[in-house]
Amino acid sequence: MQLIISNTSGIPIYQQIKEQIRDAILSGELQEGQMLPSLRQLAKELKISVLTITRAYTELEQEGYVTNMQGKGCFVMAHNSQLVREQLLCRIEERIKECIGLAKRGQITQQELLQIVTLLWEEIQ
Amino acid sequence: MNNMLQVKGLGKNYPTFTLSDITFTLPTGYVMGFIGQNGAGKTTTMKLILQMVQKDSGEVLFMDNPVSAKSKQQIGVVFDSSFLLDDWKVKDIEGIFAGFYQGWDHALYQNYLSRFGLENTKKIKDLSRGMKTKMSLAVALSYGAKLLILDEPTSGLDPVARDEILEILQEYIQDGTRSILFSTHITSDLERIADYITFINKGHMVYTGLKDELLESFYIIKGGNNALSGGQRRKIIGLREHSTGFDGLVHAQDKDAFAGMLMEKPSIQDIMVYISKGEDAQ
Repeated sequence: MQLIISNTSGIPIYQQIKEQIRDAILSGELQEGQMLPSLRQLAKELKISVLTITRAYTELEQEGYVTNMQGKGCFVMAHNSQLVREQLLCRIEERIKECIGLAKRGQITQQELLQIVTLLWEEIQ
Repeated sequence: MNNMLQVKGLGKNYPTFTLSDITFTLPTGYVMGFIGQNGAGKTTTMKLILQMVQKDSGEVLFMDNPVSAKSKQQIGVVFDSSFLLDDWKVKDIEGIFAGFYQGWDHALYQNYLSRFGLENTKKIKDLSRGMKTKMSLAVALSYGAKLLILDEPTSGLDPVARDEILEILQEYIQDGTRSILFSTHITSDLERIADYITFINKGHMVYTGLKDELLESFYIIKGGNNALSGGQRRKIIGLREHSTGFDGLVHAQDKDAFAGMLMEKPSIQDIMVYISKGEDAQ
């Protein structure tokens, strides 16, 4: 797994870490039972504070992606496909809202937008 | 033991300066940055913690007990003004401190000397400012201290040396049993490695708590001239107005009152500057 932290993106560092780990889990790069790097190890390597990583891990745990075993470390949870599906739907909705906003700004009709989706859906395999 | 250092209501009166009610808690295993303008009372607070200056009020607990000569064996200290005498040579220093600190670790000390590029034959007066800081840090790290108290450890250092020091500090807290309190006005260093921030101004507390919370509780706001109503104006901290516009800091909860204006995430430095300016203006 790779973690690439931007200092200029304006996105809080804990959130960048959280999203990258989440994506690695969803894509299958990180598999069930795999251990995440230790908090302090990662803090040192990325040169950021321990609590920033703690927050990323805690939120991943709350969302059901990992489980924290006291004294042992943080492990990737079994894929609960229902949960993963919900999370993905949630993200899709967010992005579609953005697209609709853009469409309205450019006076692009619902039909045109749907056409773009259909076209792209077929293009991307 | 969850808390390494607890400072409660610490105060000191000088004829021209009063430090009052300084209160913060540094948990074990974490780094706290101590910030404020020059003269805000950072060094005085650190000296009070270490009993180098007698306090007038308040309490300091190190590992749940008042600071004593014995507990000071477990506190590593680096002050801005070096306590190393000019005519000492690097190789003499070990003899002086090894006798004083029971936990002195010869191998560890030698390791830091070589890592920092400190030559045994050099005299202290011939060391650059950065090298003197590294010398003090090598001493502070070599007797198994549980708490490091560092006063401006990165001031006067070039960016590469600062980066090295930060790396060593992160190494120091790796096992989770040790803590660091460090003051600085180079807040970019802090933004990276500090877990907690304590911010004082003119001898009183402004903030103590999680660094991320501090960063999230404010926004910088900017706009054109004549854009502000009286109500908005009162909500802005450290407001600066000029011929083409204004800028200032607002609490995150007041953010909605400024809809439509440019809003940015502040750095710790921004927060420090606006709040200090705001208090000066009062």
